[in-house]
Amino acid sequence: MNAAQTFFEVLWGARMAQLGGLATTVLVSLLAVLAGTLLGVVVGLVLSYLRGPLNWLVRLYVDFIRGTPVLVLILASFYVLGTVGWKLNALQAGVLALAIFCSSHVGEIVRGALGAVPRGQTEAARTLGLSIPLTFALILLPQAARIALPAWVNTAAEIVKASTLLSIVGVAELLLATQEVIARSFMGLPFYVFAGAVYFAVNFAIERLGKALERRLATDTTQ
Amino acid sequence: MGYTLNFAAVWRDIDLLWAGLAMGLLLALASIVVGAVLGLLLSFVLISKSRARPLAAAYVSVFRNTPLLVLVLFTYFALPQLGIRLGKIESFVATLSLYAGAYLAEVFRGALLSVPAGLSEAGLSLGLRPWQTRLLIVVPVMLRTALPSLSSTFISLFKDTSLAAAIAVPELTYYARKINNESFRVIEVWLVASLFYVATCVLLAMLLRLFERRLALPK
Repeated sequence: MNAAQTFFEVLWGARMAQLGGLATTVLVSLLAVLAGTLLGVVVGLVLSYLRGPLNWLVRLYVDFIRGTPVLVLILASFYVLGTVGWKLNALQAGVLALAIFCSSHVGEIVRGALGAVPRGQTEAARTLGLSIPLTFALILLPQAARIALPAWVNTAAEIVKASTLLSIVGVAELLLATQEVIARSFMGLPFYVFAGAVYFAVNFAIERLGKALERRLATDTTQ
Repeated sequence: MGYTLNFAAVWRDIDLLWAGLAMGLLLALASIVVGAVLGLLLSFVLISKSRARPLAAAYVSVFRNTPLLVLVLFTYFALPQLGIRLGKIESFVATLSLYAGAYLAEVFRGALLSVPAGLSEAGLSLGLRPWQTRLLIVVPVMLRTALPSLSSTFISLFKDTSLAAAIAVPELTYYARKINNESFRVIEVWLVASLFYVATCVLLAMLLRLFERRLALPK
């Protein structure tokens, strides 16, 4: 090994591993946000419209997940699922944990958004003769989606940040790929800064997108 | 399959989990105290027209958009290369405080904007200096507005202390993993560990809500 390699030479040498890590980070985050959002919408609907045992059960699920650190969810998913006979690799277990984490947050967002649509909207739609499913699909859902969007974008950024925790169970996402380079090159300082900068760029872009959406939607509702 | 629950291993080491929980709470407490002071200073810069404002905004943006684990590892593993050598616990508290400072700066900024301007005008016309007006009049009112967000920040900081396990700070997640690896009572360990976290969060939320109710601004 050449002792006088500069940071950029090392980075160039590790470019495929770093890109692969970034791709894994993006893939994991996308899958988790997608699955978490689907599940979270169901959770939000149950919390908003159902009464009785199912509602309590889902409430318990949401509170339990929100009270547990993501790292514990990931470790639990990683260790426990194998024990009960569900063979998942680290990546799958990690995505599952992140999706569950995401679903509890999205569930609360959806519940809040549906609750924030003024009651008069439903009443007006029903008075005009729309059926309950149509009222929901045409009147409630579009307005609730608009209210929920900024918080949902925020959750997506949280998931990207939380995906770094998968490095702890050995998923070769961006952070673990970076740590492997550091272990070989002993260049901790520049490579941690580099990884931080990449995450910052991704999350900053998501944050900007969220702000832009928020502005657009805010002007729309004043009409 | 054929897994039978057996809590004996977890029960034997329950003291470790309690110690880990106490460590987590201490880490969160130290971080919110330092973070609140930092957040307060930053928030005054954020609402000012000073030249430092973009710097403060950049600080907040960097810390909010970088994963906490990267920051934790950076402080512990990379800073020694610059000659800044901190112990595990000090390093983690330093990171979490800087992180909390960025979140609290935003919380306080919002709360500062909601303090009526008449209050500082009254303070100034009574002859208080600007810093006295801020410290004695604006900040107490602002803190009462910010209290609910301050409590939820504290609870999420407590959950974030689980990341200290990544640099082997002996807190709850660290001990849970240790018991897990030594006993293989996988389900029991993680069930109990998450119950510890959930119960603590619920208790904290209840306590803080009581506190908020006592300190709420009269309507």
